[in-house]
Amino acid sequence: MAKRPIPTEFIINRDENQCISCQVCVRMCSNDVHSYDSETNEILSDSLKCVGCHFCESICPTHAITIKRSQSEFKMNANWSAGVITNIVKQAETGGVLLTGMGCDKKYPIYWDHILLNASQVTNPSIDPLREPMELRTYIGQKPDKVHLNNKQNKLSLNSRLSPQIKLEIPILFSAMSYGSISFNASKAIANAAIQLGTFCNTGEGGLHKDFYQYGSNTIVQIASGRFGVHKEYLEAGAAIEIKIGQGAKPGIGGHLPGEKVTAEIGRTRMIPSGTDALSPAPHHDIYSIEDLRQLIFALKESIRYKKPIGVKIAAVHNVAAIASGIVRAGADFISIDGLRGGTGAAPTVIRNNVGIPIELAIASVDQHLRVEGIRNQVSLIAAGGIRSSSDVIKAIALGADAVYIATSALVAMGCNLCQRCFTGKCNWGIATQNPYLTKRLNPEIGQRRLVNLINAWSMEIKEMLGGMGINAIESLRGNREHLRGIALSDNDLKILGIKAAGEA
Amino acid sequence: MRKIRIQEEYCMGCRLCEIHCITQHSKNKNIIKTYKGTYSKPLSRVVVEEKGYISFALQCRHCEDAPCLDACITGAMYRDDKTGAILCNEDKCIGCWMCIMVCPFGAISRNLQGGKIVSKCDLCGNEDIPVCVKNCPNEAIVLEGK
Amino acid sequence: MEYVIIGNGVASQSAIKAIRESDQKNRIIVISDESYISYSRPLISYFLGNQVKRKSISHLNEKFYEKNDVELILNNKAVKIDLKAQKVLLEDGKKIHFDKVLIAVGGKPIIPEIKGIQSAGVFNLLKLSDAEGISQYLKEKRVRKAVVIGGGLIGLKTTEALMELGIEVTIIELADRILSASLNKKASNIVEKALKNDNCHLYFNNTVKEIKQKRGRVNEIVLSSDEKILTDLVIISIGVRPNGDLVKDMPIKHKNGIIVNQYMETNVQNIFAAGDCCAAKDLFAEKNRLIAIWPIAVKQGRIAGYNLSSKKTLYPGGFPMNSVELCGIPVMSVGMSDPKNIDCEIFEEFKPNKSIYKKMIIRDNQLKGFILVGDIDRAGIYTGLIRNAINISSIKNKLLKNNFGLLNLPETYRKDLITEKEVSINVY
Repeated sequence: MAKRPIPTEFIINRDENQCISCQVCVRMCSNDVHSYDSETNEILSDSLKCVGCHFCESICPTHAITIKRSQSEFKMNANWSAGVITNIVKQAETGGVLLTGMGCDKKYPIYWDHILLNASQVTNPSIDPLREPMELRTYIGQKPDKVHLNNKQNKLSLNSRLSPQIKLEIPILFSAMSYGSISFNASKAIANAAIQLGTFCNTGEGGLHKDFYQYGSNTIVQIASGRFGVHKEYLEAGAAIEIKIGQGAKPGIGGHLPGEKVTAEIGRTRMIPSGTDALSPAPHHDIYSIEDLRQLIFALKESIRYKKPIGVKIAAVHNVAAIASGIVRAGADFISIDGLRGGTGAAPTVIRNNVGIPIELAIASVDQHLRVEGIRNQVSLIAAGGIRSSSDVIKAIALGADAVYIATSALVAMGCNLCQRCFTGKCNWGIATQNPYLTKRLNPEIGQRRLVNLINAWSMEIKEMLGGMGINAIESLRGNREHLRGIALSDNDLKILGIKAAGEA
Repeated sequence: MRKIRIQEEYCMGCRLCEIHCITQHSKNKNIIKTYKGTYSKPLSRVVVEEKGYISFALQCRHCEDAPCLDACITGAMYRDDKTGAILCNEDKCIGCWMCIMVCPFGAISRNLQGGKIVSKCDLCGNEDIPVCVKNCPNEAIVLEGK
Repeated sequence: MEYVIIGNGVASQSAIKAIRESDQKNRIIVISDESYISYSRPLISYFLGNQVKRKSISHLNEKFYEKNDVELILNNKAVKIDLKAQKVLLEDGKKIHFDKVLIAVGGKPIIPEIKGIQSAGVFNLLKLSDAEGISQYLKEKRVRKAVVIGGGLIGLKTTEALMELGIEVTIIELADRILSASLNKKASNIVEKALKNDNCHLYFNNTVKEIKQKRGRVNEIVLSSDEKILTDLVIISIGVRPNGDLVKDMPIKHKNGIIVNQYMETNVQNIFAAGDCCAAKDLFAEKNRLIAIWPIAVKQGRIAGYNLSSKKTLYPGGFPMNSVELCGIPVMSVGMSDPKNIDCEIFEEFKPNKSIYKKMIIRDNQLKGFILVGDIDRAGIYTGLIRNAINISSIKNKLLKNNFGLLNLPETYRKDLITEKEVSINVY
């Protein structure tokens, strides 16, 4: 048959005893799910349109709404799940590539949940973070092979010239989310939070809006394959420059901002006409080999007079260790590795769910490989892709990262519930949209407050865990695999991660 | 002197402020009873204006030099010594609407339920934070001053 | 130093409060020819109609004069101001010394020359004593019908009060409509219809030429059209003019009110005037003008008080404005309401079956006045536009739109209003 209705994903449960027909849900839903019937003074809900963002549920003054997954169930089939069937139906209907937002949601093993941390007991006392200083500060940039000191009249001073570094008060940065994929207010909240926390945010592919130049000293500016918004002042504005080769959510393909989301402001920032699709090509069309990359890195270093670190962002793929090694030798000061679970504003579902490898394995193997080659100190490593808690942060650092990027966690802090419809531009929380009716909903002051709260909470937890391990500085944990043990992992997994099994001495 | 500051760039037009104002000034102060009950609801003292995507919630500004105080012929409009709020003594109001005529914000409404008196923001008398401010989900109205 | 305030209305009250803000020491003496503490004149008709209790007529309490250290002289009329001797002469012969005087004597009713006007049962309604007199008369005699001469604001408020008491009222008006000073025919029509529905009789283009009595009391009136109307009570409310008795033979300039400068001072130094007896700056006209409205008297009294206590304050100027509800229909007129010979743009809306009439008067791209009948919601926004002389060329056509609100105003003015920047809210 020609028309086959796509089953609803969600059902809206409205408690009639609680619902006062105040119509707040009607006014607020950008997908027009709720409507008011003036004849019966009742609210009607069209569950078919619901994307499960939970905005109505959270704003209902009497908590009358509950969003549930649809009860329409297929016959149990471990192989042909409801999701698989639905996708085939959609494609048969439209003939299109299925798009999605946020990170891979498939049930691959999550290695963070198979890694356990150590704690000090009798032989090595733990440290109480409330009583003793605990340093979470770290620096991103190339570290020298050796350090020469001067000793003049018993006063020591540094005789080596250090490569440019950026200072992080906490080993957590805000990952690349372009202005365009997220709203101006969301970007502003992130930038202000970065300043308040003493860390950095990343422009993503979208260029830097003129109002954001004031935050430049806490911004890493990104050069992606589309070169959107890249010009002289842009390079000078940031604290560091990151060349984006790949992204965890969609390794191997370019970026895509649909024309509907390219407003006049975004067009101006990206230097493209408004209303046109912002397509980033898959490769940088001037980087076809590692030598090309080295050329670009040094061209950039010259342009900013070697004053800022230049890094490269790659997706975690199969030979990520070899690629990383090449990038080090190409002269990068830091490498950002984005794993399989990394998020995005828009990507083909099949690519997001099937391409790339988990960041845990990638970071461990890159760190190990660079150590073996004796070049680990020449770059800082930043791990990205599905960091969900402070324990993930600690484990990433213990596996070899200098710091981590977070993005999905930041958006969830600001309201996101991972409905994965970012590409529609109808984000009810005012995050992944440019619609002025919706962007108002994200008050940057509140967003900033919530981000700072989240990171402060994680910082406290990190200090507790470090103290528990008997460590008082985050840099002492870097690559310190002895503090990790794997649980329910195969021997091969343990080998790649470079950790022992729980129970092993 | 307490004041409510408007930040129109954060108003979502949800009108929760109106809903909570109505509830607060009802007999039972219970939102479900107020909306589903048989008594008629009180007026909202918050006026929400909307045009396109611009919206904001407006209530009496409790002006320092309030024109409504001068215009009131019965002395029903008076200033509370403690909070500095301009209040209306409903027992004295005779519904001449002089205050409505002079308020440049249009923040005073006619309450035609029952008698003939005016209705306007009273900064929620006994509450420590006016309920519109407390319940605004996006801090589009904030309280200033003591 | 002695401040002497002649008159005990709201201008006087306001002046006392203003003086005492900065001067708690010097004497303030208030002279009133009435027997009461300061009360609200506009409430007289509501008192007559039992809508307001006697004790609520004044919003001052007895302690006001004590708290503010004011010497109140009641039941004594000031008859002369002796400038050379610096003394105010009272009716009973007393002489009060002054350093500064505020004349706040209010207005006097216009008494027409009608034969038989001295009959019992013929009253004015301006002061509390008038209302008490009428109440007393109503108690003693059975009054079923009343005639109100004059269909202006006071006449109509009187009519409302009498109708509240169950009395059948006939209004005799000289013009072709009621409220001829502030409304045009369309607007008046709406109220006239409501009055007729309430069994009120209206006679236009007519006056009373004789009041006849029977057994010592009024029982009939004769119109200039020779028609006769039986009545038990006659209220005269043709109008009020400023009380110029005191300044009649003095060098104080007066014409349709005592002329004052922008500091509320007359041409004679240290003599000030405020309220219904004076003609002060009009925001629109070049000449001074008497505007006998409560909020204007409050403002003028306050500013006179500041200037009396040497706190030099400018009176920004006022414009007429009035709001009243008649037969359940709210009626508001503000500013220039019926411009005849002046070049203006008019926007009107007339919905007689909903009892709604609206008129906006615009000149030089500014709102100069408006009339609202029936729907007066948020009218103050228009008053604000008049007061602040905002250029409304971009929104002329939208003024009468449904739900006209702040968001329809020019953006910068609206944003300043909301964030309470420089816009002055207190200019009358």
